[in-house]
Amino acid sequence: MAYSEKVIDHYNNPRNVGTLDKAKSNVGTGLVGAPECGDVMRLQIEVDQNNVITDAKFKTFGCGSAIASSSLATEWLKGKSIDQALEIDNMDIVEELALPPVKIHCSVLAEDAIKSAINDYRVKNGMDPIELPKSHH
Amino acid sequence: MIQLPIYLDNNATTPMDPRVLEAMLPYFNEKFGNAASRNHPFGWAAEEGVDYAREQIAKLINCSEKEIIFTSGATESNNLAIKGVFEMYAEKGNHIITATTEHKAVLDTCAHLEKLGASITYLEVKADGLIDLNELSNAITDKTILVSIMYGNNEIGVIQPMKEIAAITRSKGVLLHTDATQTVGKIPVDVEADGIDLLSFTAHKMYGPKGVGALYVRRKNPRVKVTAQMDGGGHERGMRSGTLNVPGIVGFGKACEIAMQDMEKDTIRLSAMRNRLEKSLIELEESYINGNTEHRLPHVTNISFKYVEGEGLMMAMKDLAVSSGSACTSASLEPSYVLKSLGLNDDLAHSSIRFGLGRFTTDEEIDYAIECTKKAVTKLRDMSPLWEMFKDGIDLDAVEWAEH
Repeated sequence: MAYSEKVIDHYNNPRNVGTLDKAKSNVGTGLVGAPECGDVMRLQIEVDQNNVITDAKFKTFGCGSAIASSSLATEWLKGKSIDQALEIDNMDIVEELALPPVKIHCSVLAEDAIKSAINDYRVKNGMDPIELPKSHH
Repeated sequence: MIQLPIYLDNNATTPMDPRVLEAMLPYFNEKFGNAASRNHPFGWAAEEGVDYAREQIAKLINCSEKEIIFTSGATESNNLAIKGVFEMYAEKGNHIITATTEHKAVLDTCAHLEKLGASITYLEVKADGLIDLNELSNAITDKTILVSIMYGNNEIGVIQPMKEIAAITRSKGVLLHTDATQTVGKIPVDVEADGIDLLSFTAHKMYGPKGVGALYVRRKNPRVKVTAQMDGGGHERGMRSGTLNVPGIVGFGKACEIAMQDMEKDTIRLSAMRNRLEKSLIELEESYINGNTEHRLPHVTNISFKYVEGEGLMMAMKDLAVSSGSACTSASLEPSYVLKSLGLNDDLAHSSIRFGLGRFTTDEEIDYAIECTKKAVTKLRDMSPLWEMFKDGIDLDAVEWAEH
């Protein structure tokens, strides 16, 4: 299966690979997936006092599409408020990266990672976690 | 000058040896006859080509040319052997024994027969990929008609103890079939010395053309018969009808002749290169060779690079044509069943890469492959959360993963 140019670009030049200090109260961490399933994503956001995401980092164990999906997600997250970030839909990622049907689960995982990171931040800062939709794969 | 990409997937298929192509060419237009046309020179020329090839092929596995049944490839040979024996020996019994690490052409054929009333025993393999001979022996009942165990495994290259297996099947009066697709032409295979009754093999894994294979069917001690799965003109002693693929068969013959002649030389060269590749790659931390390394085909190695995913890794090794035990699709998140049969955890199976060297692999290509793989593994680990957790001393087995 051939990858789209955008997937290859994100794979070859992944944006925002790295680690934020998860102990800090303004950092939210989402760790989703499982090694047995062949993909694990860790997505982290750093949020300022106005609830705006100032930095985002990821590390991913998975195929090229999973790496590209998380790389793209970090790009999109920066500058968004945590409420705006919740609106990122996995199908936006599918469209942007031209993911084939067999790789849609990679985008779902990225969306899960975003929501999970936001929830981690919310809980740390005394907010209620938002309800996560049941994982659909 | 090294040419990219480098082909290291010779277990999937091999390039044709130019000598094979040369032998085949006249049979496309000059000697194009139907080998079954008995009454004109066009037919005779084709038949002569087939007869000669049959001898070349028979010689390689030490059988009589009358024991070679041509097919379209090893998948068909496996189907014909297993289904053919099941039908032919229905009166004797309905029990077949095979192993969990077999190729799908064997496993799915057995599954098909289960629906038709066959009883199938799937032997588990040990952690090194070899079957347990005692288990085999104990599995045989008075209803057992066939044991089908592959010779050399396609994913990990492990070679089953065929002589010992045959000693068991012989002593119990059960037929032995082996899928020797990856083995014939790579290491000496001798159906007499090994005690094999049926053997599947194919041309394209040994530098011959695709679309042609053979089934060896023993003619004496004991005389084995299989029920045809393809009916028609009664070709191949009634066991496989259909006009013979003359150019393919001629190429298959030539490939066998070359294999016989070059085997020792190829084995020495390939195993030295394979060992060098393997030794360099397991210098990487947390890298593991899958399967028995002592009883193994000379040209293949299967290595798991823990904490990186195979498909992602292959993308970073885009100048290397290799294959991975990981399949990351929504249809199948299941990694290689062969590796899982060895008892590997799913994560290690997802992290595996198979390198299959071949007759045309060079030392320079291996140098490149080593460097490329090391770089790719390092790159992927730098962006792997699992690698970071491992380095931080976190026990990954103790983590509660959000399964999806």
